[in-house]
Formats: sequence, structure tokens, C-alpha cells
Amino acid sequence: MESNSQIIKFMLVLTSVVALGLTALRQVTEPVARLNEEIFEKRAILLAIEDYLGGKTVDQLTDEEVLQIFDNQVQQLVVDAEGNVIEGLKADDVDFAQERKKPADQRKYPIWVYSNGQDKLYIVAVRGNGLWDEIWGYVALKSDLNTVAGVAFDHKGETPGLGAEIKDNPAFRAQFKGKRILDDQGNFVGIIVRKGGARDPEHEVDAISGATITSNGVTNMLIEGLKAYEPYFAKLRNAG
Amino acid sequence: MAETKVAQVEKKKEPLFGKKERKLLVDPLNDNNPITVQVLGICSALAVTSLVYPSLVMAISVIFVTAFSSLFTSMLRQYIPKSVRMIAQLVIIASLVTVVELSLKALNYPVYKQLSVYIGLIITNCIVMGRLEAFAMANKPWRSFLDGIGNGLGYGAILLIVGFTRELFGKGTLFAGSPLEWKIVGPSAEYLINTAGTGYMNNNLMVLPAAAMFVIGVIIWIQRSWNKKLIDVS
Repeated sequence: MESNSQIIKFMLVLTSVVALGLTALRQVTEPVARLNEEIFEKRAILLAIEDYLGGKTVDQLTDEEVLQIFDNQVQQLVVDAEGNVIEGLKADDVDFAQERKKPADQRKYPIWVYSNGQDKLYIVAVRGNGLWDEIWGYVALKSDLNTVAGVAFDHKGETPGLGAEIKDNPAFRAQFKGKRILDDQGNFVGIIVRKGGARDPEHEVDAISGATITSNGVTNMLIEGLKAYEPYFAKLRNAG
Repeated sequence: MAETKVAQVEKKKEPLFGKKERKLLVDPLNDNNPITVQVLGICSALAVTSLVYPSLVMAISVIFVTAFSSLFTSMLRQYIPKSVRMIAQLVIIASLVTVVELSLKALNYPVYKQLSVYIGLIITNCIVMGRLEAFAMANKPWRSFLDGIGNGLGYGAILLIVGFTRELFGKGTLFAGSPLEWKIVGPSAEYLINTAGTGYMNNNLMVLPAAAMFVIGVIIWIQRSWNKKLIDVS
């Protein structure tokens, strides 16, 4: 039987060695991990404008190309709830998950403006609730600020094969292309994910069977999320 | 006298890779598989096996952790105080799991995101601690290392079989997310909403974690009716 001091000595030595080793490893891997995370986020944004990347899919882009697109072709804006641009802030710096916890009138909204010579696309962030946990996504609008150019969704814990299809299924995402967020009079309607099949070809898409609550979550997220950008978009439409 | 003693010691020296060592590696693959025979490590086997590629990464991670935790525990086994031996084992396991987590974050971030909490949960995988208690605390480092690799391989093999079955029949793809990706391409790809653009109607039963239970059950059934050593166990 060992004495207490022996036990304490053993554990102290063991934990110190382990702690030192792990700290060293973390120091080495931290910058790489942070860059990986940044590229991961940027790829998620580019997924919404996959059709406009010059023939390549997001998976085919190398990490350098992703960073280059953001350096050269993307302009980053942050707007407040009244639709005024906040100077000096980049869209990448806004933690949208945190913004959602603030009161609506104090939130900051990120916008990425992508241009490839022919098209100018406005990518906005949306966030809402699915069945189990948060869902979020990016919506790209064409320069009329009405027609959807593409969407990308992600989720924290939706059911694989059901709710998780909003992310995994390219066919679900593809439906959103060409839909309009305004009606003919210019009033905001958003996009509705309709159970049982879309009825209005302008504003509705088919829901995923078996994932009603996630589909409704996407509807609410799109209506609330896009509405929040309307003050800014209205200003741009009136100006142009 | 002294000379004969030396000769005796040399005679006792075992080969680096003899029959016993081979048994340590092969036994957990079939006769003593940690999942199908000992029924350990089921939780992560259900959770991460919907696709082959994350299953493969998980398998490699667990092999790394079982092998090196066994090695280090065995090296320290004479110094570890009996009263805190489980805490000491946990420190070793937890630090190795952190090594896996940090490396994966730097090497393959998308797979790290997919496996999410299950990498951290290797710490609680009964196979790892079970081997330390049952084998590494009482055996030499080299053999413990082999035992760790063997059990990791036994776990990984089942993970890959389940992942292969679930991905193929669930989504009609294989190795999705890796450079080796393969998928069924059919003419119906544009019409079916519940496909991953492959023309294969997803089989949601296979996609859900419950399917892993069925697949593991079938594996156990096949193994028991084919391996005579396991028939007489009960």
C-alpha cells in the first residue's frame, strides 16, 4: 500500500507531463485549425452561389481559391436593423448566432456581396429553429434583390435522412433557385416550404416528406431572416 | 554458475512476433471481438456509422487510442499506485483522445465536424478502459500494445462493415465526403426529392442509428452460426 505523498507525487508528475505535452501540441495545431474553421465557414457561404463560381462546385475549389474569392470578389457589409450600413465592420466578424439572442432592434446583420463581372449577388445569413436544435443558412439574391440565386442550409442536430436533408440533399436546395421573395406589388412574402407540394411556383417549394417541423422551421427562418434585411434592400431598390 | 544463468535468461526470451503475439492481434477480430462477442463500444458504433468515411476515421482514432493507452499504461504499471489506478488510466486515455481531437481539427476539419462529440467520447468507450484493466495492467508493454491494436482493429472492422452496409443501402453512396466517393447515378435523379442527387431513393431505416443495431445483430447471428468456438459458449 502506497502512502498518500507517493500517490500525490505520482499524479502530479503524470498530469504535469501530460499537460505540457498537450499544450505544446495545441500551440502547434491551433493556427492550422483556425484557418480550417475559417475556410469551412467560407465554403458554407459559397455553397449558396455555387452556380456562379465559374463552373466549379464548392468541393472542387481548393482552400487557396476559396480565400482568393473572398479577397478579390467579395465585399463584406454589416447593416443594422434600420438598414443602415455600419462602417468599419466586416461580415465575417459578426457572430450571427450571438446576434440572434439580442433584441431585434439591436442586431447586426452580415451581407456578403459577390461579383464575378456579370452578376452581382447579395448573400445574407438566416437563422432559426428546426425540430431538435438550431438551423441556419445563407440565401443569395440576384441584383434585383428579389430573385433567389441559391441557398445553403446547415443544422446542429436534425434527424439524419429526414430533417438533415435540408443540408444533405442538393435537390431540396436546388428548388429555391429562381423563387421570388416579393409579390407582384413589391410586398414581402418570403419563401414557403409547403408540405404536400408547392402550390405557388413563384414563392413555394416542396417540403421534405417526414420532416414537417424542420420544413416549417425553414419557412419561418426564411421569412423572419429575409424580412430583417428588407429595410436595407428597400433603400437599395429605391436608390437604384 | 553465472554463465548458465545468462544462458537461461536468453532462452526465456520470447520472439518479438510469435504465436502468442499473433493471437493477441487476431483473436479480437473474430473469436473475441469487442463489439460482437463482448458487446462493448456499441454507442459510438451506432452513432458514427451512417457513412463509411467517418467510420474509417473513427476506427483509426480508436486503434490509436487503444494501442498507445495500453502501451503507456503497461510501461507505468509498476509505478501506478493501486488506489488511483483508474484515475491514472483515465489521464492517459483522455490525453490521447485530446491528441486525436487536436490532430483531426488540423488535418481534416470537415470530418472533425461530422464526428463532433464522438471523438471526445472515445474516453468513455468501454473497450479502451476494459483492455487497460484486463490486460495492460498485467502484461509487458509490447504485448499490451499488440492487444490494443488487435482490439482497435476488431472494433474498426465491425464499424466499417456496418458503415458500408448503411451507406450503400441507406443513401446509395460509398465513401461520401472523401476523394474515393462513389454513388449510384440513375435517370431519376432530377425527380426524386429524397435523394442525394443520385437517383437512389434513400432508405431512411438504414440512415437512422437504429439500423446499426439491426446490422450488428445480423453480424452477430452470422458470426455465431459460422464460428464453432462461439456456439458452445452458452
